[in-house]
Amino acid sequence: MSSQAKAKKRYFKTIPQIPRIELFAPGHGLCAGCTAGTIVRHLLKAAGPNTILVEATGCVEVSTTLYPYTSWRIPWLHLAFENASAAASGVEAAIKVLKRKGVLDPNKPINIVVLGGDGGTYDIGFQSLSGMLERGHNVMYVLYDNEAYMNTGIQRSGGTPKYAWTTTTPAGKVWPGNLRNKKPIAEIVAAHRIPYVATANPAYPLDMLNKFKRGLEVEGPSFVHVLQPCPTGWRFDPRYGIKIARLATETGMWINWELDHGEFDVTVPVKRRKPVREYLKMQGRFKHLTDEQIREIQRMVDEEVERINKMVGREVIGPVEA
Amino acid sequence: MSIQKEIKWKRLPLSTNYAVAYAVKDLDVDVVAAYPITPQTTVVEKISEFIANGELDAEMIHVESEHSALSATVGASAAGARAFTATASQGLELMHEILHIASGLRMPVVMSVATRALSAPISIWNDYSDLMNARDASWVTLIVASAQEAYDTIVQAYKIAESPDVMLPVMVAYDGYIMSHTYEPVLVPEDPSIVLEFAPKNYNRLRLDPDRPMTFGTIANPDWYYEFKYQQVVAMKNAYRKAIEVDKEFGKVFGRSYGILETCCLDDADVVVLTYGGLYGTFLEAIRKMRENGVKVGAARLRLWRPFPAEDVVRELGGAKMLVVVDRAISYGAQISGPVAMEVMNAFYGDPDAPSIMSVVVGIGQRTVTSYTVREIVDYAFRVLERGRVPRETLYWGVRGVKYE
Repeated sequence: MSSQAKAKKRYFKTIPQIPRIELFAPGHGLCAGCTAGTIVRHLLKAAGPNTILVEATGCVEVSTTLYPYTSWRIPWLHLAFENASAAASGVEAAIKVLKRKGVLDPNKPINIVVLGGDGGTYDIGFQSLSGMLERGHNVMYVLYDNEAYMNTGIQRSGGTPKYAWTTTTPAGKVWPGNLRNKKPIAEIVAAHRIPYVATANPAYPLDMLNKFKRGLEVEGPSFVHVLQPCPTGWRFDPRYGIKIARLATETGMWINWELDHGEFDVTVPVKRRKPVREYLKMQGRFKHLTDEQIREIQRMVDEEVERINKMVGREVIGPVEA
Repeated sequence: MSIQKEIKWKRLPLSTNYAVAYAVKDLDVDVVAAYPITPQTTVVEKISEFIANGELDAEMIHVESEHSALSATVGASAAGARAFTATASQGLELMHEILHIASGLRMPVVMSVATRALSAPISIWNDYSDLMNARDASWVTLIVASAQEAYDTIVQAYKIAESPDVMLPVMVAYDGYIMSHTYEPVLVPEDPSIVLEFAPKNYNRLRLDPDRPMTFGTIANPDWYYEFKYQQVVAMKNAYRKAIEVDKEFGKVFGRSYGILETCCLDDADVVVLTYGGLYGTFLEAIRKMRENGVKVGAARLRLWRPFPAEDVVRELGGAKMLVVVDRAISYGAQISGPVAMEVMNAFYGDPDAPSIMSVVVGIGQRTVTSYTVREIVDYAFRVLERGRVPRETLYWGVRGVKYE
């Protein structure tokens, strides 16, 4: 079954196959070099016009809907920070019942997508997310993870990696930056045993698009966790967003995997890993790190790679290149 | 009117909670999202039974909190559905953030509130602290006094909420326990189609529609935010007219109407007692007895709380020498701490012929209020009239260690 299922899942094999439709209008107010715009633009290409998007408060929300302007060429709803999943549950239930009652065309599929940042997903929106997953609503949740509360000015979230500088985890004489590890949100979501969970990275657009498409295709809830390099909060030159995103995968700091109906696979294998130092050194948020701390992060990544390889059953992520 | 006679009624023994559920069924509500909280739960239990038995075709969302309950209700409404939720007390407090978003997004959702005291200490019993905390959330708010009125008002609520010049959410409140869990005979139409005829659904309103993409819930800077909020002020004004109009229309079709300010025995009344909710029945009983004994006392019940019918209060109650406003909530730290009393004083502000106004708080955490309590308060009001010195602070009637002579 697995080979067939995988063949079916590759909707986009080459860049020219990416739909030309542009449903995310230019002129939004995201920071220069922000990779969230790249992610959203591709998300809407995968989803198409018959899509309702519900958004949690966050960077993308505030920078795309400044009244009287909007960047959204699809119907779009925002209520608050912590309740996008609950609002989307209501939207999905409404569409379902209105189709049943013949108010809406029952044969016209409508995608329902939630878009939330790490704060709105890992932290304040976690309860409503869990409720939506448990109830089995036919909604795809897309998490754009820039690893801190960037919209309010780079405060630490449950998605902030260890030792990262943020404005609420400054590196000082006592604190080495953020003290805790990033919460494994995608695996916590997977524990809800929903049909489809995946991680993606905008440096691998075809992989990301295929995951969006697959998430929309499955019956029931799906979750796509996307790494979103943030020039403002991660402290890098705006031109390097995609380069840093790629380095995240090349160093093993970020692994692109999917869990499709219980079947786990790494979709972007890495033969030889680059040392994590290459990823860290490009970002101002890690510039205070000592060699020992970098070695600790390298050890953590090595362990994680070993764990993932065991789950897949073969070496999909190779050793650090010499 | 003739139509009224054509309606065949079923006379059912219903609690106010059940009466609300019957109205929701007869209105063919599309989506219900709710979380259990005492004393609201039996509303949602009854609706669940209706859905489980195929008597109501609706989606029930078993949300994980009241915050999500109202969020899902608003989401469903934004997608075009007729949506309903119910709550009480802490649940209404947890919803508070979304109360403002529901009205700001102009979503015509309806919510029933079986009013209950607020923690701490935790109390499952009745007062109106929860409802009064929601005062400034731009919800049209009606407070009913019987199970029948609850059924009728839920029907009216959707008609008010969904009318194009209002488009605001509506709350229908009643006494937790005292009404939510006591049974009364309620007339329910045998053929509910008359209810939908009276309050038809409008699926053509602005909604999340891929054929007409719109952005709901934008961010507004100082150049636009104020205009959004002023439109809510205008909508509230429209809601005042609409509430009166819908109630009258309801009366013509169904043979029952309530007005927005119910009154009794106002002729030549020196003292008029104004309250709200189910407690009004106790007041009426006491006041009718006092009338038999020649006491010049009248009673009034506020049915429309938001928008506040200030002109009606002045017109109807301005003839009394003294107006006693009996609240079941406390605005802590205010000199006059009864929320409705404040509003009544405001209504009479600057009026040289205004009656003396006295604010009394009773029934906090469902401290018992009997017709004897009402008599005591009225007697005290007459003594105050004689003495000519009206208290400048709220009286906390019935609390240990506090006596008013």
